[in-house]
Amino acid sequence: MSDTSDIVAPRKPTFAGLRLTRTAIFAGSVLLFWLVLALFGPWIAPHGEAEIISGQTFAPIGEGGLLGTDKLGRDVLSRLIYGVRTTLLLALVTTVISFAIGVTLGFAAAILKGWFDIVVSRIVEAFMAFPSTLLALVVIGAFGTSITVLVLTVGLVLSTSVFRVSRALGYDIGVMDFVEAARARGEGTWWILTREILPNSTAPLIAEFGLRFTFSILFLSGLSFLGLGVQEPAADWGLMVQENVGGLFLGSSAALIPAACIASLTVSMNLLVDWFQQRQQGETVLEKIDQ
Amino acid sequence: MTDILTIKHLRVEGHPPGGAYVPIVKDVSLNVGKGEVLALIGESGSGKSTISLAAMGFARPGCRIAQGEVWLNGRDIMALSPRDRHALRGDEVSYVAQSAAASFNPALRIGRQVIEAPLWHGAGDASTLTADAVNLYRKLDLPNPETVGQKFPHQVSGGQLQRLMAAMAMSCGPDLMILDEPTTALDVTTQIEVLKAFKDIIRDQGTAAIYVTHDLAVVAQVADRILVLKNGEMVEAGPTDQILHDPQRDYTKTLMAAVRPAPHLVNHRDTVAARPPVVSARTLTAGYGTVTVLSDVSIDVPAASVVGVIGESGCGKSTLARVVAGLTPLRKGEIMLDGKAVAPNLADRPREALKDCQIVFQMADTALNPRHRISDILGRPLEFYQGRKGSARADRVGDLLELVDLPRSFASRYPGELSGGQKQRINLARALAADPKVILCDEVTSALDTVVAAGVIDLLKALKDRLGVAYMFISHDLSTVASFADEVVVLYAGRVVEKGPSKAVFSPPFHPYTKLLLSSVPEMQQGWLEGVANTIEAKAASAGSVVIGAKGCPFSNRCALAIAGTCETVVPPVRELSGGLQIACHLAADHLPLS
Ligand SMILES: Nc1ncnc2c1ncn2[C@@H]1O[C@H](COP(=O)(O)OP(=O)(O)OP(=O)(O)O)[C@@H](O)[C@H]1O
Ligand code: SF4
Ligand SMILES: [Mg+2]
Repeated sequence: MSDTSDIVAPRKPTFAGLRLTRTAIFAGSVLLFWLVLALFGPWIAPHGEAEIISGQTFAPIGEGGLLGTDKLGRDVLSRLIYGVRTTLLLALVTTVISFAIGVTLGFAAAILKGWFDIVVSRIVEAFMAFPSTLLALVVIGAFGTSITVLVLTVGLVLSTSVFRVSRALGYDIGVMDFVEAARARGEGTWWILTREILPNSTAPLIAEFGLRFTFSILFLSGLSFLGLGVQEPAADWGLMVQENVGGLFLGSSAALIPAACIASLTVSMNLLVDWFQQRQQGETVLEKIDQ
Repeated sequence: MTDILTIKHLRVEGHPPGGAYVPIVKDVSLNVGKGEVLALIGESGSGKSTISLAAMGFARPGCRIAQGEVWLNGRDIMALSPRDRHALRGDEVSYVAQSAAASFNPALRIGRQVIEAPLWHGAGDASTLTADAVNLYRKLDLPNPETVGQKFPHQVSGGQLQRLMAAMAMSCGPDLMILDEPTTALDVTTQIEVLKAFKDIIRDQGTAAIYVTHDLAVVAQVADRILVLKNGEMVEAGPTDQILHDPQRDYTKTLMAAVRPAPHLVNHRDTVAARPPVVSARTLTAGYGTVTVLSDVSIDVPAASVVGVIGESGCGKSTLARVVAGLTPLRKGEIMLDGKAVAPNLADRPREALKDCQIVFQMADTALNPRHRISDILGRPLEFYQGRKGSARADRVGDLLELVDLPRSFASRYPGELSGGQKQRINLARALAADPKVILCDEVTSALDTVVAAGVIDLLKALKDRLGVAYMFISHDLSTVASFADEVVVLYAGRVVEKGPSKAVFSPPFHPYTKLLLSSVPEMQQGWLEGVANTIEAKAASAGSVVIGAKGCPFSNRCALAIAGTCETVVPPVRELSGGLQIACHLAADHLPLS
C-alpha cells in the first residue's frame, strides 16, 4: 500500500525553507551595506572622524567633501562612515543587554509563577507606565552622560518589552504536553527552560530582537539628539543630526543625510522582521491544515 | 442541483524524503451540491485527507497537485493566486481537522479565535459576531456557552476543544465545509449532539460538505452520498443507502463486513482483581482554581492489568490521570503506588515513584517536543532514570523503537517527520523507556484512525503480556475499552458512577448513565440518529448538560429515571451487586435499567 502517511513534511529549522522575497533581498542588502561600512569604516573613510577638512562650514554636497561639510567644516561622508559603527554597536549592545535581562526574568516568571511572577510583573508594569524617554532623561541626568550609563539605561528600558514577550512565550509553551511530560518525568526548572521551552521560542525571539534593535537605534539617536547620548567629537548619526540642524536654514543637507541613514536602517530592519514573521506564520497555517 | 464543488480528474503526487514523486491520488472526480453531504471513506492512507485538502487547492508540504481541475462556486481555484486561494479559507470554505489542538493558538482566548475569520472578512463587528458564536456554542452543546469563549485553549477538555474548532469553522457561514474526522475524538454522547448540530447547520444554511471518516455508522447518519477510496483511487460511488446495503465492489463489501462489533458483545477475563494494585487511589478530590472537577474518586489498578476509564468529554478523565501522575495538585485523598503512599505533589515524589508511573498524553502531536530528535526524546528518560549514556543509551533507543514496531533508523528523525500513529508509538516508547509498572494512557488512540488505532491497541496488549506493565486506559471509545480492559470505571461529572469487571459493567443491570453511553454508540443504519435522539432517555439527557459539583446525583438533571426530591439532593449510595459490580444510584438493584 502506498501509504500517504509515510510522506511527511521535512522538518523546517527556523531559517531553512524561508523563501526570499524581493523586499527581503532589498532590506537585507541595505543592512549588509551598513554592516560592511561599520566593519571597515576607518579604511574606507576619506578623512578622519573629527578632522576639519575645510574652512567652509556647511559646504553643500560636492563641495568640500563628497557629501559636503558640517558645522565645523568636517567631512560629512567620513563622519557618516564612522558614525554607523557607533550607531550599530551601541544598538547591538543595548539590545543584547535588554535580552539578557528580559529573557531571563520573563522565562523565570513564567516557570516559577507565584510571587516571583507577581513581583517582577508589577515592577515591569511600573517601568512601562513611565514614558521611556523621560525615564532615560532622569537616569542619565542623575548619573551623568557616560556610554556605560547610556547603554545600561537603554538596555533596561528595552528589557520591559522583551520581558513581556518572553513571559508570554514561557506561559504558552509551558502548558504544552511535551513540557508536562518533562515535568512528569521529574525534570528540574533549568532543563525545562533550556531544553524544552527555549528551543521552541527562537523564531518569536528573533523577531523580537529585530524589533528591539530598531527601537534601540531610534531611541539612542533620539537621546543623542537631545545631547544625552554620544558626545562630540565622536561621530554618531543622532548626534550628527543635532549638530547640524542649524544648517538646515542655510540650505545644508548635513542634518538630513544622517537622518535618512537612520531611516534606511530602521525601515530595512522592520521589513526584514515582517518578512520573517510572515514566513513563520505561513508555515504554521500550512501545518494546521496538514493534520 | 447546483454544484458548489466540482473536482475533475484530480491527481496528487507526493515524494517520500529523498524519493521521486509517486501518485497518492489518481484520477478522482467528484461533485458536491448545495446542502449535500458527500462522505469519503477508506482506510488509512487511502487519500481521504489529501482529496479534502485539494478541494481547497492545497497540498501538504512535499506533495503537489499534478493534474486536474477544482471548481468552487463556478471558479477554477487552481487558477487563483495563492493569496486569493488563501482568502477563500474562512470565507467560502472552512476546514475542521481531526486534531483540534493544532488549530488553536495557545496564546489567545478561544472566543477571539472563533470570530477572527468572519471579522477579517468583514462579516460584522466583534460584539454581534461574539453573540453569533455564543449561539453556535449552545448548538454544539458546549457547557457554559456564555463564558467558554473567555477561556484559553488549554483550559477546556479535549472534546470541548474539538467542538470549539467546529464552531470556528462554522462561524463565517461557509459555502463548503470540509470535515476531516470531526467526531473521531469525541465521546459517543457528545458525538450525537455534534452530528445533530452539523446536520442542522448544513440544512439551515444550505452548506455543501465533504465528510471524511472511517466510521461507517457515522457515515450512515450524515451522508447523502458516499465515495469509497482505496490507495488513492475511486472504488465506488453512490447514494448512502446503496453503498451501505447493496455494495457492488468486493472492496466495499469487505469494508462493510469489518464494521466494529457493538461494545457489549466481547468476552473478558475477570480474575485480575485478586492481584495487588500498582496504583491505588483513595477518595481523590481535585480541580482547577475554584472549580472542583473530581470528587471522591477511588480507583485501583491491579498489576499487569488494564483498567478502562470511560465517561463523556469534560467529566474529568484527563484530570484523574494528571492527579495520579502528580501534575495536578490533590485537594483530598491518597495515592499509593506499588503499595507505598506517595506525595501528591510531583516535586516531592522520589525518582523511583516517578519512574514507576508514566503518562501518555491525549494529543500525540503536542506531546513531543518538535525541536528534539527521537533519539533525544527516548534517550532522556534512559539517562534520567537509569544513567545510561553514549552507546548504551543509543542501543536501548533502538530497542525501544523496535519494541513499538518502528525502524531503528527513526532515531535520527524529528517528530514533524512522523505520522500520527508513529508519533503515538514514540509517546508510548518514551513511557516504556522508564521501565514503569503502570502507564496512564489518556485517549492514546482517539486522534488516530481505526486501523492505526487497532495497531496501537495490539501493541499495548503485546507489551502488557511481555513486560507485565499495567495500564489505566482512558478512552471514550466504548468498543475498544470493552475489548481491551479487564476492569472498567465509569466517570460522570467527576464522580465514579459505576465500576467493576468489564463483563459486569457492559452487561445488565446498568447505571442509567452507562446505559445512555451504550445506547449512544452509533449503529450502521440510516435514521438511527433521529431515532435515538427521540427516545425518552436521550431527550432527558440532552435537556441538561454536565453539572460539575452537583449536590446529589450528578446525573439527576439528565436522568429519565430520576426520583424527584431524592436524586438531586442526596448523594446516591453505592450498591454492591453480584460479580463485583458497584453502582452509585438511588434505584434499587431490580429497578436499574436492564437493556
Ligand atoms: N487548566 C485548566 N483550567 C481550568 N479548567 C480546566 C483546565 N483543564 C481542564 N479544565 C476543565 O476541567 C474539566 C475536566 O477536564 P478533563 O480534561 O479532565 O476532561 P476529560 O474527561 O479528559 O475530557 P475529554 O474526553 O474531552 O478529554 C472540564 O470541564 C475542563 O474544561
Ligand atoms: S441516582 Fe437518581 S438521578 Fe442518579 S442515576 Fe440513579 S436514578 Fe438517575
Ligand atoms: Mg481528556
